[in-house]
Amino acid sequence: MLAKRIIPCLDVNQGRVVKGQQFKSLKDVADPATLALRYSNEGADELVFYDITASSDERKISHAFVSQVAQQINIPFCVGGGISSVEDMHFILRQGADKISINTAAVLNPQLIKEGALRFGSQCIVLSVDAKKEGDEYLVYTHGGRQKTDLNVIEWIKKAVALGAGEIVLNTIDTDGELKGYDTLLIKMISNLVPVPVIASGGAGEIHHFVEAAKAGAEGLLAASVFHFETISIQDVKEALYKEGIPVRRHP
Amino acid sequence: MIHVILDYGVGNLASLQSGFERAGLESIITQDPSIIEKATSLVLPGVGAFEPAMKRLNEKNFIPLLKAHVKAGKPLLGICLGMQLLYETSLEHGTHQGLGFLKGTVEPLVKAPKIPHMGWNNLTFHTTSPLLLGILIESYVYFVHSYYAVSTQDDWVATTTHGEIIPAIVAHKNVIGMQFHPEKSARVGEQLLKNYGRWIDEYHSVNGSI
Repeated sequence: MLAKRIIPCLDVNQGRVVKGQQFKSLKDVADPATLALRYSNEGADELVFYDITASSDERKISHAFVSQVAQQINIPFCVGGGISSVEDMHFILRQGADKISINTAAVLNPQLIKEGALRFGSQCIVLSVDAKKEGDEYLVYTHGGRQKTDLNVIEWIKKAVALGAGEIVLNTIDTDGELKGYDTLLIKMISNLVPVPVIASGGAGEIHHFVEAAKAGAEGLLAASVFHFETISIQDVKEALYKEGIPVRRHP
Repeated sequence: MIHVILDYGVGNLASLQSGFERAGLESIITQDPSIIEKATSLVLPGVGAFEPAMKRLNEKNFIPLLKAHVKAGKPLLGICLGMQLLYETSLEHGTHQGLGFLKGTVEPLVKAPKIPHMGWNNLTFHTTSPLLLGILIESYVYFVHSYYAVSTQDDWVATTTHGEIIPAIVAHKNVIGMQFHPEKSARVGEQLLKNYGRWIDEYHSVNGSI
């Protein structure tokens, strides 16, 4: 039986990992490959890197971290941030990444999902969606959650899966950084809606949050700050899931 | 002993080579027929679809080299799509002929709850192969595929379940297949590659050189 995946998420700026910017006192940085290896040894099932480097020229240099990570770790990893063409995808995959995550670029040009899926296979194409509740519906936001669109989250995800997206990272802006739990209602809705795996993102602060999201149907549980600041260990999350009868890879 | 990874333009071979390196195995990625001919351990990687992969092998004239290698009794390891190519036939987008080193057909995972079968799944053992030395029962390895081998149970070393029983490690004499990605399967994958390397070294010391 497929194990639920625990996925630490790392933000990379100019080739360095920047840790949780919402905590203003902590600005320390780390080398992506070193931190990736630590997470991998601690039992992470997969890693996600978001390159938040502002300019596209600098991002090209920043992306050198991908091949270093590929050499170091023996688990799959996904890279996102500023990928806007099939050529960008090809470059990242050739450096050793297993998956590509796209968000704003896919909203601006949905055919990018199709082109990527046809060329590299749906398993490589992850659609990351920033969702925010507006009244009784969820709307898609782009540009790192700063820009509102008129796209309905459910309609957008249905369309993206039809175009070939092989996995959905569902990030809810309202819960992100709040450490009060994932939006399990939306997770349940989307997992019932599409046949591809849904990764819960945004809001993990305590161990039971992971369990709730897994029970709501998430195949993967993504978190950043609780792992960065070591408030929760990956192994403890896995043991909690295991005790609830949820399949996990307990031995790293 | 240098493991020869066959480069026929399919997949990311750098990751696989890093996996061999972490397992303490020396490897070379090559398209050079003279190196392939001399190989003791030949590794057939691959991702993507069956037919284009067979076509690439054919265009590069690698099929006779692979056949001669297996006929000589030398070890061949097929990984992911590379394992599927070892079978007689595939039903992926039509009916296509494979290398035919293993008896069976590659068929779609129709009963699977989610396709592709992607993620960490656990192994059930069927034999006491040297390939499984030090591997715990129910160990997880990393899969990414939508088709699987329907084959004789005699060749099964380990299987996993995802709607169907899926052969995960198969072995018939000198031909070995792994449906998952050992290079992405953490310590378990590393141990499996180490075991493969040890098995080859033993083969090498018995059968001598090249």
